[in-house]
Amino acid sequence: MWLFDEIVKFHITELEGQVNHMKYSYYPGCTLKTKAKELDRYGRLSAAKLGAELEEIENWQCCGAVYPQAEDEIATKLSAVRTLDAAKQKDQELVTLCSACHHVLKRVNDDMKNNEYVRTRANNYLKLDVPYEGETSVIHYLEMLRDRIGFDTLKAAVVNPLKGVKIAAYYGCLLLRPSGVMAFDDPENPTIIEDFIKAIGATPIKYSQRNECCGGYIAMEDKGAAQKRVDVILSSAKNAGADLIITACPLCMYNLDANATESVLPVKYFTELLADALGVKEED
Amino acid sequence: MQRIGVFVCWCGSNIAATVDVKAVAEAAKHEPGVVFSTDYQYMCSENGQAMIREAIKEHRLTGVVICSCSPRMHEATFRKTAVSAGLNPYMVEIANIREQCSWIHKDMAEGTEKAIILARAAIAKVHLNAPLVAGTSPVTKRALVIGGGIAGIQTALDIADAGFEVDIVEKAPTIGGRMAQLDKTFPTLDCSACILTPKMVDAAQHEKINIISYAELDSLSGFVGNFTAKIRKKARFIDETKCTGCGICTEKCPSRKGLNDFNMGLNTRGAVYIPFAQAIPNVAVIDSAQCIHFRTGKCGLCEKNCSAGAIKFDQKDEILEREYGAIVVATGFKPIDASAFNEYAYSDSPDVVTSLEFERIMNAAGPTKGKLVRPSDGKHPHEIVFIQCVGSRCTEDATKGKPYCSKICCMYTAKHAMLVREKYPDVKVHVFYIDARTPGKNFDEFYRRAVEQYDVDYIKGMVGKVSVEQDHLHVQGSDLINNEQIHINADMVVLATAIEPDPTARALGTMLTASMDTNDFFTEAHPKLRPVESPTAGVFLSGVAQGPKDIPETVAQAGAAAAKVIGLLCKNELTCNPCVAHANEALCNGCSQCERVCPYGAITYEDKEVRSPEFRGIKRIAVVNGAICQGCGACTVTCPSGAMDLKGFSNSQIMAEVDAICR
Repeated sequence: MWLFDEIVKFHITELEGQVNHMKYSYYPGCTLKTKAKELDRYGRLSAAKLGAELEEIENWQCCGAVYPQAEDEIATKLSAVRTLDAAKQKDQELVTLCSACHHVLKRVNDDMKNNEYVRTRANNYLKLDVPYEGETSVIHYLEMLRDRIGFDTLKAAVVNPLKGVKIAAYYGCLLLRPSGVMAFDDPENPTIIEDFIKAIGATPIKYSQRNECCGGYIAMEDKGAAQKRVDVILSSAKNAGADLIITACPLCMYNLDANATESVLPVKYFTELLADALGVKEED
Repeated sequence: MQRIGVFVCWCGSNIAATVDVKAVAEAAKHEPGVVFSTDYQYMCSENGQAMIREAIKEHRLTGVVICSCSPRMHEATFRKTAVSAGLNPYMVEIANIREQCSWIHKDMAEGTEKAIILARAAIAKVHLNAPLVAGTSPVTKRALVIGGGIAGIQTALDIADAGFEVDIVEKAPTIGGRMAQLDKTFPTLDCSACILTPKMVDAAQHEKINIISYAELDSLSGFVGNFTAKIRKKARFIDETKCTGCGICTEKCPSRKGLNDFNMGLNTRGAVYIPFAQAIPNVAVIDSAQCIHFRTGKCGLCEKNCSAGAIKFDQKDEILEREYGAIVVATGFKPIDASAFNEYAYSDSPDVVTSLEFERIMNAAGPTKGKLVRPSDGKHPHEIVFIQCVGSRCTEDATKGKPYCSKICCMYTAKHAMLVREKYPDVKVHVFYIDARTPGKNFDEFYRRAVEQYDVDYIKGMVGKVSVEQDHLHVQGSDLINNEQIHINADMVVLATAIEPDPTARALGTMLTASMDTNDFFTEAHPKLRPVESPTAGVFLSGVAQGPKDIPETVAQAGAAAAKVIGLLCKNELTCNPCVAHANEALCNGCSQCERVCPYGAITYEDKEVRSPEFRGIKRIAVVNGAICQGCGACTVTCPSGAMDLKGFSNSQIMAEVDAICR
C-alpha cells in the first residue's frame, strides 16, 4: 500500500512537473509591440494552441538593444539582468521571439554565469535580494518548438499543412553567432528552420545565402551596401526555387523588405506560417 | 650511520641567481650525517666530478647528495662519478634545485629556503639508501615495425640491412601507405610511385624482412628486448600462397559498389580487389561487406574464374605470436574530415575536393586517368581556388580543427597549383593562404616558381564561404593586403585539409604504454635530444605518427629510428633497472590488488610455505618479475597491507623525505 501511494505521488509530481514545464516567462521586446506586431501575435496564438503558456514578464524593460562588447560596459547590461532575474523568480525558462532580444539576453546571461567581473559589478548595481548568477535558461521560440514541444508534436498538431509551398529559411546572424554562447545550431549549416518548415508540411529550400549578413544596421549609413546584400540573398533564394522567405528577426525583415532593389520574393515571419498551419491565423 | 657529502651546484647563474648556493651548502653541514658540504660553479664538469670523487675518498663518504638540475638530466652522470670512486651508484641522490626551484622562483630568499628544504629531504632519504645491484635481461634480435608506409618501409630496410630480422605489420592489404597515393612529390616534382615502388619491392625481396599485410597488433606484453606480440592477420578470403595477382577475379566481380579507398572514394571498385597495380603483396582481398557471396550465399564468380584456386571464403582471422626486441611505431596519418567545415561546402558539392582527392584526380592511375575534370560533370575547369589551412592552425574550435600547423600543405598546394598551370595554361589558379610556410632545402625557391613563373594568384587571406551556385562555386574571401573582399566564381575548390594521426594510433599507444600528446601524436622521449625514441623503453617513433612531416624528413627520421633499433639489437643483454617492487612475504596476504594495477603485467602469485611466529603454512604471495617491473610504484600505493615496497623508493624513504620537508 505504501509503495502504491509512493507511485501515485511520483506520477502526480511528474505530471505537475510537465505542466509547469509548459509555462514559460515570455519577453517580447519593443519591436514586437510596434513594427513586428505580427511576429508577436502569431507567436502567442500558436503557443496557446500548442499548450505552451507564455507569461509576459511584468513591466519589462528594454533588452539593451545591442549587446555591448566592451567589458566595462555594465550599465547597459542591467535591464537585461532584470528580465533574466524576473524569470528566475518565477522559476521559469525565458522564451524570446525577437532575434536581437534573444541575442542580447543570451549573451548577458552568459556573462552573468561565466564572467566574474561582470557578475559582481552588475549585482553591485542591482542590489537584488539574492544576486543573479545566470540561473535562467534562455531559449528562443524556435528552440521551444524543437526542444520542448518537439517538431513531431508540432507536426501532429498541424491542421492546415502548407503542402507544396517552397520556403527558404533566412537565419541572419543574431541567432547563430557567436555559436559557443548562442548554442542554437551549427552556424555554417543550420537546420532548425528547415526542420520547422518540414513540420508545418511545407518544403524547405536550401540556398547558399541563408546564414549570410542582411546588412544589419548599415542601411542607416549606406543604403547601397544593404541593398547589395539583400539582393544577393533574395536572388539566391529565388534561384533555388523558393516561393517565399521566412525569418525570425525584425531587423532582417526590415532589410529584406525595405532595402530590396526589386521585391522578388515575399518575406514573412515564421510565426505567421506557424499560425496558418495550426489553423489559428484566421481566428484573429 | 651514513657519512654523507653534499654538493651544491650553481649551474652558472641558472641556480645561483635565485638561490644562495653558499647558504644551502652551509645549512646542509648541520644536517645529521653530513660530514662534508660544498658548492661549485658546474658540478657536472670534469672538475666538479673530480671534486666529488676526491671527497668520497677523503671523507670516506657512504652517501652523496647533489643539489643541481633534474635527475633526468644528470643523475646518470653523477652515478658514474660515484662508481668511479668506489661507491654504489644507488647511494647518490639528486635534489632538484633548478627546474623545481631556481627556474620557477624570482625571490632569492624564497628560493634559498626551498633549496635548503629540498636538500634536507634528499639527505634524509640517502640515510635509508641501500646499495642496489642491477640485473640483466637478454635481447630478442628481431624488430617489429607497425605501419608499412614510407616511414615503416625505410626503417625496416635500414634495420634489415644491418642484419636483423624485421616484421612489418600493415593494416591495409598492401604496403605503400599515403605516399603511394601521391602523384608528384615536392620540391623536385618526381613521380611518387616511381621512387616509392622500388623501395616496396626492396622490402618485399629482402631476406630479413617479413611483410605481414592486412594485419594489426592485437596485444603486446613484455619489455624492452623481450616483447611478445600477438598479431591479428585479418581474413582476406584469399590464399596468399596461391594468388598470383593476375586480377581476373577483380574484373569478373559483379559487385561494383565498394568505394575505392585508394582513390579516396572518388570511384568504386569490385568487392574483390587489388588496391593498386604495384601493390605488395600483389594479392587480392575480398571486402566481405560488399561481396555478394557473403551477403546472399550466391555468386562465387571469382572462385569459378580463379585458375589458381586461391579464393577461400571460409578463411578466418589468424593470430600470430611473435617475439621482438624492439618496436617501431610508423602508423602515419590521415587527412581530417572536411565535411565538418560547412563553410567550404565540401558535403554540398562534388567539385569541392580535398588535396588528397585532387592528388588522385591528377594521377595517371587515378579515377580520371590523370585528366583534370570537374567531378560533377566531367567538364574542363577554367578557374580553381585552393584554400590552405583547412583545419590546421584552428584555435577557436577544437572539435573541428587542429591547433597545429600540418607543415606539408603550403608545399603540396604550391605543387598542385604549378602542375595545373603547367598542364593546363588556360586554367586560372588562386591560392588563399594565411602564411606561406616554405622552410626546407629548395622549398622556398619552389614556392616562388609557382608565383613568379607559373603566375599562380596567391591571395593572403582566408575564405569565409563557398556557396554552390547553379553552374559554379562562389568563393567569398578576403584579401588582407589590398584590404578588400574578393568574390571568385570557381569551377573547383581544393581544400588543403589538415593531417591527423591515424585513428588506430590511440589504441596502439595504450597497448604499447607509449605516451601521446593531446592530438594523439606519439611523444618523443626528449623534444630535441631524443626525437625518435618514445619514453617507453624499446619503443621507437618513425614518421608522421610522431608529428607532421614531409617525405624527406620522414625518411630521415625513419633512418634515425632504425639506427636506435640497431643499437639496441646489437646488445646481447640489457641492464635492468634495480629500482623494482618486491613483496614483504610476512605482510602480503595475496589479495591480488597489486596485480590489477600493474600496467606491465609484472606481478604473479605463488603459494609459498611460511614459517613465522604468527603464521605457519602455505600462503599465497605476490611475486614481482624484476625484469618486467618498471618501478612505477602503482602497486606500493595500492597494497592495503603495506607489503609492497619499491627498492630505492621505499615507503620509509619517502616518509623520511616528507618528514624532512615538514620539519
